[in-house]
Amino acid sequence: MNVGRDFNWAGWMLFALLLLLWEFGSRLSPALQSYLPPVSRILRSLGELIISGQLVRHLMITLSRFLQGYLLAASIAVILGIVLGYFRMAHSLFEAVIEFLRPMPSVAIIPVAVLLLGIGDAMIVAVTVYASVWPVLINTIDGVRHLERTLIDTGRTFGLNRRKILWLVVLPAAAPYIVTGLRISLSIALILVTTAEMIAGSRGLGFFILDQERSMNSSNMYAGVVLVSALGYVLNRLFVLGEGWAMQWRRGMLARESI
Amino acid sequence: MALLEVQNLAKTYRQMGGDTTDAIGEISCKIEPGEFVSFVGPSGCGKTTLLMSIAGLIAPSAGQVIIHGKEVSGPPPNLVLVFQDFNKSLFAWRSVLGNVRFGLEARARRSRRGEDKARSLIDLVGLKGFENHYPWELSGGMQQRVAIARALAYEPEVLLMDEPFGSLDALTRLELEDTVLQLWEELRTTILFITHDIEEAVYLSDRILLLSQRPSRIIEELSIDFARPRNQVITRSQPRFMEIRNRIYQRIRNESAPS
Repeated sequence: MNVGRDFNWAGWMLFALLLLLWEFGSRLSPALQSYLPPVSRILRSLGELIISGQLVRHLMITLSRFLQGYLLAASIAVILGIVLGYFRMAHSLFEAVIEFLRPMPSVAIIPVAVLLLGIGDAMIVAVTVYASVWPVLINTIDGVRHLERTLIDTGRTFGLNRRKILWLVVLPAAAPYIVTGLRISLSIALILVTTAEMIAGSRGLGFFILDQERSMNSSNMYAGVVLVSALGYVLNRLFVLGEGWAMQWRRGMLARESI
Repeated sequence: MALLEVQNLAKTYRQMGGDTTDAIGEISCKIEPGEFVSFVGPSGCGKTTLLMSIAGLIAPSAGQVIIHGKEVSGPPPNLVLVFQDFNKSLFAWRSVLGNVRFGLEARARRSRRGEDKARSLIDLVGLKGFENHYPWELSGGMQQRVAIARALAYEPEVLLMDEPFGSLDALTRLELEDTVLQLWEELRTTILFITHDIEEAVYLSDRILLLSQRPSRIIEELSIDFARPRNQVITRSQPRFMEIRNRIYQRIRNESAPS
């Protein structure tokens, strides 16, 4: 993991260089500027939009939809995944359905959701839930099925009932797999919120980006793009922090294995 | 009445393709409270199957296990099994203290006193100072000590141990044998011990039940009356010790000779 002391200077230099190239490349051609405005202008637009409060409002809406969808998906997928992973019968019952639905590109569900739920928040959250359920579900099932038989027998010999075994043994033991699924779903959820907002909706960052593009206001559009990627970055960092805290017990173990 | 009674126990495994394997032919025995009894037999003779049946983790094909006059139909509340694979049985996500506390939590005795109890057990198995270590940070012998402390925290009347030292080096093995004897003398828990190490069985036990090859049955029963507390040097250097060891060895070898 990247920590302060080995800051990646070369990488950030390259990043800065590319931005400079963009800045001056754009300034060279006025024709290009309406499609690819200089970085400085994008940042100025971003600043203005934030100060005016306009962008912050869209950001909060997107964030709220994201959180609702992601957290709901995570809870459903972990519970369902544990049940399907643990009970062989349940798994063989649902396996075909899961294998059929899972490979479908989740954005294809958006028109269906619009048809059923209209173009409000409910539709956007529903689509997000649908898309982000899969990685967590599949990984949780996998994690539970890979558990050592001895671990479950240990729970049983200590007299735990089934519910307690799932909660005290199966869930923590499968946690590394679950966390992997949660990390994948994080970016998927953000993709789906933004896409759904572009297709149907009158608020949110996705809507804002598309709306600015349609009004030929390219530097505002880019400002939206920058903000949505910043959101993705921050969410990911927060996730990694939370993961490091929750999976403390694994850190040293993994470090030792990698030697 | 005996504390624990095995009556005409038999176990046949059904394999894929319809073949069957007779793991246990027919076993009957009685265990008195406070006894240290070992089952000794060649590897693959169904020792683990026997112990798992007594622990209520697998259902016998015929016969029954009776504890305090009641037939075992699931894991009994006053009995706990220590597995050979301590690294698969310990909870990697819990510290040493957390693992031992699990034994108390399983009894729903999480209290201030419970915390002290866990610490004193950790002390008793010689792991003072390692309370906050995770299992992977410990050697194999120390891990099995944690598993033993966890089992004792459950306050079982009967402690089942399935080749608990099978994967440890010879010296660690001797140390752990003495630890178990000390704990046993202190807590007066009844211990059923499985091993294929004849000398280990002679050193530890009050009574040894010799098992035949699969399908196993009891071919001999020996009382071992060396004075307690026993001592790795003194006890093992008695001529009687070697005599008993050799007798058991020959008995098992004759039994398992190709007929």
